[in-house]
Amino acid sequence: MRFLDEYRRPDLMRKMYTKIENSGMRITIMEVCGTHTVNMARTGIRWRVKPWVKLLSGPGCPVCVCTEEDLWMAAEAMRMGLVVATFGDMVRVPFYGTSLEKERARGGRFRVVYSPLDALRLAENSGKDIVFLGVGFETTAPGIALALIEAENRGITNFSVIPLMRLIPPAIKRILERGEVKIDGFILPGHVSTIIGSKPYEFIVKEYDKPAVVSGFEPLDILGSILYIMRMIEEGKPEILNEYKRVVREEGNLLAKEIMGRVFSICDREWRGLGEIPCSGLELREEYRKYDAVEKFSLGDEVPEYRQRDRVKCRCGDVISGLIEPFECPLFGRICNPSNPMGPCMVSSEGSCAAYYKYGGKMGER
Amino acid sequence: MRVVEILESDEAIVEISGTRIRVRTDFIEDVRKGDYLIVHTGIAIQKLDKSEAESILDVWRREI
Repeated sequence: MRFLDEYRRPDLMRKMYTKIENSGMRITIMEVCGTHTVNMARTGIRWRVKPWVKLLSGPGCPVCVCTEEDLWMAAEAMRMGLVVATFGDMVRVPFYGTSLEKERARGGRFRVVYSPLDALRLAENSGKDIVFLGVGFETTAPGIALALIEAENRGITNFSVIPLMRLIPPAIKRILERGEVKIDGFILPGHVSTIIGSKPYEFIVKEYDKPAVVSGFEPLDILGSILYIMRMIEEGKPEILNEYKRVVREEGNLLAKEIMGRVFSICDREWRGLGEIPCSGLELREEYRKYDAVEKFSLGDEVPEYRQRDRVKCRCGDVISGLIEPFECPLFGRICNPSNPMGPCMVSSEGSCAAYYKYGGKMGER
Repeated sequence: MRVVEILESDEAIVEISGTRIRVRTDFIEDVRKGDYLIVHTGIAIQKLDKSEAESILDVWRREI
């Protein structure tokens, strides 16, 4: 057993497809995880099930949900001569007519890192002020907390974080509250749930009477989760099911949650496309405030003047909220593509526009 | 990613498709050689439960 090939068995996939086709149902399921977004497109599942199940991407890409104001703080840090350490996906995201890449062309400096701990090592080894762009959901936040604890223990003072961490359940709640999109069920993020467990999603059933499944990322995981949702709809018994039990425990990862709680507290945060969502972000606790780059360097006090008519009509915000599919944006595939992205959803490897562009479904004919 | 070596101080070497990388294991209790870890940004976030991994396959084989 390699724990991968088994979940890609074509014979079982074929049977699952047949079951979905024979269901006679027409439903919409939202997935809230960038890895699901990509895998549904890459495996062709998204197009194959479309007549019966419309799979709609929600706010599951951590890069895409950042606002222009968030990114502007990184540009400000670079203009001050600080070195920004960031995950690679952020580098080409356009904001206020610039991007981190363009800021570098102007003389600013950034370094792409794989882990927040690499950014800390960079601070330790270089002696320069390193500002880590703290983008991510519950999956990434424990690692950032770990880096901050190490900075404290080792007395490293030239390391700080722009805290942009966000929480998934409040974003799902916002989409349901708005009620602008008809959603019959949710495929819940496997790795966010690895940290938080399945309990924080209970409001989906209790308050909105909808089924949801915590799902793994292989084809059988995704198809199996769709079938679970179909069965719950048919029987009229919505629940939060966990299909990804091999990784997700009901209570989540207690050690990771403990470390996160030690360093971060919950705050309100603005999301691209969804507005300000109460209790949807993480900020540094008082004891760790000295590592908050926003306070340390007074970032984000002023945003640049940017005329509305200079702004291209990128609809990433609507894509993230599930209001439209990528091909419904007038820019998609015409002037916006991965080599010339107009918004984060086309830049990020987890963005739904990039996934639609790379793996078919370009013009929405399927 | 499969654990091939346990290092001191909450670190392990894991292997995926022939590539070996060093990961942090602060969030995982009792890591052993041969365990499969889910790794995100160089940090292990959970250990794969082998019996659960097989039982979901049984469920599908039976139900579908």
